[in-house]
Amino acid sequence: MAKRIDVSGLTAYYGSHKAIEDISMTVEPRSVTAFIGPSGCGKSTFLRTLNRMHEVTSGGRVEGKVLLDDEDLYGAGIDPVSVRREVGMVFQRPNPFPTMSIFDNVAAGLRLNGSYKKSELGDIVERSLKGANLWNEVKDRLNKPGSGLSGGQQQRLCIARAIAVEPNVLLMDEPCSALDPISTLAIEDLIGELKERFTIVIVTHNMQQAARVSDRTAFFNLAAVGQPGKLIEIDETERIFSNPSVQATEDYISGRFG
Amino acid sequence: MDISTQKPQSPPPLPQPSVTEQKRAARGATRPGDRIFLGLTRGSGILLLVIMAAIAVFLTYRASLAISKDEGNFLTTFEWNTGAVPPVFGIAVLAFGTVVSSIIAMVIAVPIAVAIALFLTHYAPRRLRGPISYVIDLLAAVPSIVYGLWGALILVPHLNGLFGWLNDYLGWTGVFSWQDGPPRSMLTVGVLLAIMILPIITNVSREVFRQVPQMHEEAALALGATRWEVIRMAVLPFGRSGVISASMLGLGRALGETMAVATVLSPSFTIQTSLLDPGGGTFAQNIASKFSEATEFGRDALIASGLVLFVITLLVNGAARAIIARRKEYSGANA
Amino acid sequence: MSTALVADKRPSTLRGARLPKWSPWAIATGSIALGIGIGLAAGLDSEVQWGLLAGLLFLLGTYGIAARVEGRRQAKDRIATALVWVAFILAVVPLASLVWATVQRGVKVLDVYFLTHSMGVVADSEPGGGIYHAILGSLEQVGLATLIGAPIGVLTAIYLVEYGRGSLAKAVTFFVDVMTGIPSIVAGLFILSLMLMLDLQPFGFAGSLALAILMMPVVVRSTEEMLKLVPNELREASLALGVPKWRTILKVVLPTSIGGIVTGIMLSIARIAGETAPVLLLVFGNPFINANPFEGAQASLPLYIYQQYAQSAGSQPAYDRAWAASLTLIAFVMILNLVARGIARWKAPKTGR
Repeated sequence: MAKRIDVSGLTAYYGSHKAIEDISMTVEPRSVTAFIGPSGCGKSTFLRTLNRMHEVTSGGRVEGKVLLDDEDLYGAGIDPVSVRREVGMVFQRPNPFPTMSIFDNVAAGLRLNGSYKKSELGDIVERSLKGANLWNEVKDRLNKPGSGLSGGQQQRLCIARAIAVEPNVLLMDEPCSALDPISTLAIEDLIGELKERFTIVIVTHNMQQAARVSDRTAFFNLAAVGQPGKLIEIDETERIFSNPSVQATEDYISGRFG
Repeated sequence: MDISTQKPQSPPPLPQPSVTEQKRAARGATRPGDRIFLGLTRGSGILLLVIMAAIAVFLTYRASLAISKDEGNFLTTFEWNTGAVPPVFGIAVLAFGTVVSSIIAMVIAVPIAVAIALFLTHYAPRRLRGPISYVIDLLAAVPSIVYGLWGALILVPHLNGLFGWLNDYLGWTGVFSWQDGPPRSMLTVGVLLAIMILPIITNVSREVFRQVPQMHEEAALALGATRWEVIRMAVLPFGRSGVISASMLGLGRALGETMAVATVLSPSFTIQTSLLDPGGGTFAQNIASKFSEATEFGRDALIASGLVLFVITLLVNGAARAIIARRKEYSGANA
Repeated sequence: MSTALVADKRPSTLRGARLPKWSPWAIATGSIALGIGIGLAAGLDSEVQWGLLAGLLFLLGTYGIAARVEGRRQAKDRIATALVWVAFILAVVPLASLVWATVQRGVKVLDVYFLTHSMGVVADSEPGGGIYHAILGSLEQVGLATLIGAPIGVLTAIYLVEYGRGSLAKAVTFFVDVMTGIPSIVAGLFILSLMLMLDLQPFGFAGSLALAILMMPVVVRSTEEMLKLVPNELREASLALGVPKWRTILKVVLPTSIGGIVTGIMLSIARIAGETAPVLLLVFGNPFINANPFEGAQASLPLYIYQQYAQSAGSQPAYDRAWAASLTLIAFVMILNLVARGIARWKAPKTGR
């Protein structure tokens, strides 16, 4: 299921403002890649270009290539709706649909495509909730609104919703920044399990988190406010945190700026 | 000049909160300034309640004067003869006309208004959104009498063709048959009311749709939803109670609309089974049309019919509130 | 095994057949042409029918073509888009017609003479006359209504937002909602019942009272919304400095939201300025100038329009005057709206959007 992402020469704009410039990288399947960097360096923007969510924001547009295995997401004739189906996303703030029950939240993506028998749907929802380590906590109240859960549970519900449609890639945009430490730990454990099945890309502000969960880490930076963000380097997480090849990375990691 | 009897309601009541009230009030209400201010604001709130109570009481009193002398059944009589001896009058025709014209208006206006609200929030090119919603804002402010004038002098002549068409193809239903006469019927009223309440329903719905948190829409998008599916999954469920309250606002206006109906309808005190034949009437239109020639007793009878209209609008509003309250456990969670 | 279950039902590829960008326009043009063609061929005499036909053809055409080329999900999306556009156009046509008719017919007799003379010596079927008396009446009635309605409305809103807990606040909230739904004619009847009891003849201020009743709930609602937008942190910051609550409200909360409050009041003025029904019952109308709102029948602009239309038995000069008065009334309402919005923008609290 999991696919490789190959980005080459990607530049993204908000209107006339260039947010990120000329980014190229490869993300291996069944691995966790973390994006770190100071605020405003474009790591979230870059993440959103990977499932064509960037163009949803007004004035958002993209140049360059993003290959999912061998298919260019920005090629002619590509349907962004299908892209987002293949590349799932978990957001900074947990966003279960407030009017839907827990069950319906998880089933939401499935119901968009094809019809499922009730038992099939039940199976997939159970499997997804188990996959998100949430099943035991919610199995008795699947018909209650998802917004009644705690923040950490809501975020895991969103992960369950994203993995229910079996995407090839799972993008996570600071998934723990709105959560308490214990919920964060639960999500981090979950990421470790999910990488057996998915290609995972995670944006994080928290360097310890990047060090804990990721196999590879990419460091983004910007020359100055108003300048576009750039990819400084991407390497094995261990190397980035012990012996980065660029001075700026070391400065950032050791807390000398940012 | 003898309006002094009205006056005691207007000036701010003196601040004299009782001891228990003070305890119940905010912690800060101990200083004189706080007490005066609380008294002023609470007094205004109480005044509103008093006005509402007064409306109910006075209307009921005057209505009872008329109804007690009514020889017909006030609810089921099909005529309005307040001048006869003994007087015979009832609201059956008016209730029918009011309900029918409002239903037509809602059936036409609500789907279109919701669609326009979606158009403004999700479909229109971004450059156009500002100007268009601005225009709709302004049109919500067009006085009803102007709609009435336009309806009577411009809309009515244009409806001849449509009415003939409906009669040709749907006349067999009876509901859309058209004998003759100008197209000044309940359907005309319904169409005009629909146009009038469209801006209100659109505006309120638009505000509601605009408040749908971006993150819910993004959640749907990220699951691979098309634009319509995003609307169905994230926008409409979130906005449902808002749309209902918007529609109720529109319904309230349609029920009580006076001048537009009075200018467009060719009234009669009969129930027309066809929506296309002129005739019928609504509460508000009947009051406006009959008022100037009415005796004091006739006015009391009109007040009685106004009381019924008042009660109906109360019920509509109450229902709307109940619906909204029931949905709050869902939509309020993220508010 | 269950993985395969999901995978089976998904499209195998990221690309799908897409209609070209210009296709909606092409379908629209085609359906309009066809609609007019059918209309002409079948001899339908009303443009209303042509338009409905074209709209229907557009919807059917969009769905048919999209379903064939792009599949059902995309076709649903397309038809939703088409419906929304059709609805928009359906609504714009009558509204544009209204504005156009009012302006086009209104400018015929609208001049300085019209604005500065009354109907005192002019019969309804004759040309001439003006709306000076009606403007004067409207300004006085609406002004007095505002003096009563706006302060009560604002104070009530402050009570609800800043103090409101418990059953009284709940009751007020509920009845403000109820009051919003009161038809204007019922407010008129209420004051009328008072006048019947006191044996009073119609006069301007009676109309003001009814208008004030209509205005209050609108002001309460809009003010409430504005006060709720003021972040709690601001209040707490001020209270934490030891500022009494009432001064916090006057010095922090109200100034922050004053733009929105004024906007709400002006919009409610615009609304009551167009009310006809209560004025018809309580102020009665008067072709002569009566500058005293506390005694004798007065005219008012919306009432003038109605009477020119209804009491003239179809005479053209009266219709012309009705349109000209409509244009004046709309202009007044629009200016109020524009100014209100200007204030809202100028004084908007500096938060986010």
